[in-house]
Amino acid sequence: MNNKDLLNLIDITVSFEGFLALNKLNLNLKKGELRAVIGPNGAGKTTFLDVITGKVKPTRGEVIFKGKSLVGRKEHKIARLGVGRKFQSPRIFENLTVKENLEISVTTPKSPLNLINKSIKDEQLNEIDRLMKIVNLAQKVDSKAGSLSHGQKQWLEIAMLVGQKPDLMLVDEPVAGLTDEETDLTADLLRSLSGENTVVVIDHDMEFIRRLDSNVSVLNQGTVLCEGTMETIQKDKKVIDVYLGRPED
Amino acid sequence: MSLSKIKFDKKIVLSFWIILIALIIAAPTLLPVFRLNLLGRYLSLSIVALGVDLIWGYTGLLSLGQGIFFALGGYCAAMYLQITSSSEFPNNIPEFFALYGVEKLPFFWEPFRSPVFTFFSIWIIPALVAGLIGFLVFRNRIKGVYFSILTQASLLVFFNFFNGQQKLINGTNGLKTDVTQLFGQMVGSESMQRIFFWITAILVIIAWFFAKWVVKGRFGNILIGIRDDEPRVRFTGYNPVIFKTIIFSIAGGLAGISGALYTVQSGIVSPQFMTVPFSIEMVIWVAVGGRGTLLGAILGAVFINYAKSLVSEALPASWMFIQGGLFILVVTALPEGVLGWIQGDSPRNLLQRFGLKRKIETYPSLEVNNKEVENE
Repeated sequence: MNNKDLLNLIDITVSFEGFLALNKLNLNLKKGELRAVIGPNGAGKTTFLDVITGKVKPTRGEVIFKGKSLVGRKEHKIARLGVGRKFQSPRIFENLTVKENLEISVTTPKSPLNLINKSIKDEQLNEIDRLMKIVNLAQKVDSKAGSLSHGQKQWLEIAMLVGQKPDLMLVDEPVAGLTDEETDLTADLLRSLSGENTVVVIDHDMEFIRRLDSNVSVLNQGTVLCEGTMETIQKDKKVIDVYLGRPED
Repeated sequence: MSLSKIKFDKKIVLSFWIILIALIIAAPTLLPVFRLNLLGRYLSLSIVALGVDLIWGYTGLLSLGQGIFFALGGYCAAMYLQITSSSEFPNNIPEFFALYGVEKLPFFWEPFRSPVFTFFSIWIIPALVAGLIGFLVFRNRIKGVYFSILTQASLLVFFNFFNGQQKLINGTNGLKTDVTQLFGQMVGSESMQRIFFWITAILVIIAWFFAKWVVKGRFGNILIGIRDDEPRVRFTGYNPVIFKTIIFSIAGGLAGISGALYTVQSGIVSPQFMTVPFSIEMVIWVAVGGRGTLLGAILGAVFINYAKSLVSEALPASWMFIQGGLFILVVTALPEGVLGWIQGDSPRNLLQRFGLKRKIETYPSLEVNNKEVENE
């Protein structure tokens, strides 16, 4: 652990009625880092995100974010501390318009009084315009989010994540169901976000991970098997055995 | 499509206002007092329906216990009227106390001597009770059908408590208001009933605008977000417990106002206001009128209740079947309710079914790329 770390996961164990979803998992993230997390099904990738965002309380272990422990904090408090999450299948508010979705994400403070009393600030409106241009949804401002295509929904959710201005972005399978072209654009987008933001991307699309050109952590059976660049892990014997050796589906 | 929809909405809204204003102005002269009084009662019920629409239609909380807050508002109004009209009774306390040998006014009646206190208590007490029940339930993340069961159980607790307290609030007999005095006039008199009708009509409009203001903008969007995907709202940094407590409290306050207006126009408040079927009926009004439309809640409450009284006069005992049938029809054929059906694209769909309208393309993603649909 050192001062430059944004997030430290220390010996995280999550037990679901005896089944160890995570087993003494250790992971450190530096500020501004882009990190890919891969692993076979059931390796504990989503549980790992659930622990950081407060959805699941670890049975043992400690989560330190910006020097504060996250264990036992409520989800919305963790989100306000600066942890943003994009879900596996796009979770946007389908009955609201694209703009309303983004308003929800950029609004601060997120208190009922602020929402009912005041109209949205100009700088937040500018931020919404900027985000809509980045993800190519400027023409769809007033469309219901439910009417967007699958790829556009994924991007809207990424835009909502960015709009939250989190210090740590957790992105779960951002390219599931996207075309090759959309996948490339998403990879570029995530790369451009790192540096200023710390980004964790979870996926099992190898081509996509390679394009991210980042450090990779391989998860297996609830623990970190190996860490390093794509080249290093591709040569790792253990990784080949459990993951890369298997035919991709 | 969106352009024609806007015009359509405007037309509906304009004609609605014309009809409404004409009705309010003409009602006291056109309708016999009996009918006017019925209309006034049903209008007051539309206020509780607005609350149901806020919590159910917008926020997704199906409460089967709104009768609690409705009755509380009614009791607050009735206690004030009883106590200020009790000067000729023994001990200067309401008449019914003598039946049970009570000589001293129970302490909680005392503040209801004040008209100002009563005015505020009618909506603040139900709102506080709703806020308290809501906070405890929402904090423990009880939702969906468990929330509905819990609200119904609370309703039964309140019902049994009020039923059993003869010495405090006349138990099952309830509190009569029609023979009490307000501003030197009998509450049940024709002139007073006319005034109550006006007050009710104005309050319905105010409540409607208030509800529209609440759901307008980002606050309303968060409510819809909670209804559609509560965990997502949480991970975005909002605390759904606070939002749900506030809206449940607002619905409770509206129910209280509604109950008070209903009480003074029906002449009595009793634990019958807290029976299980009555609270379920409130949900039916909103379901039939159209969830999440606000106006649908008002129209649903007024029209279903007016139909109820007309049908009951013509064919006694058949109303329950008609109401049940109506509910089944709405749930199966018009899940968005009558107003939701008119406002949506469904009239077009129905016409399409009969071959009277051409089908329109409504899936915009296909033109962007059609490969990905196969990939999914």
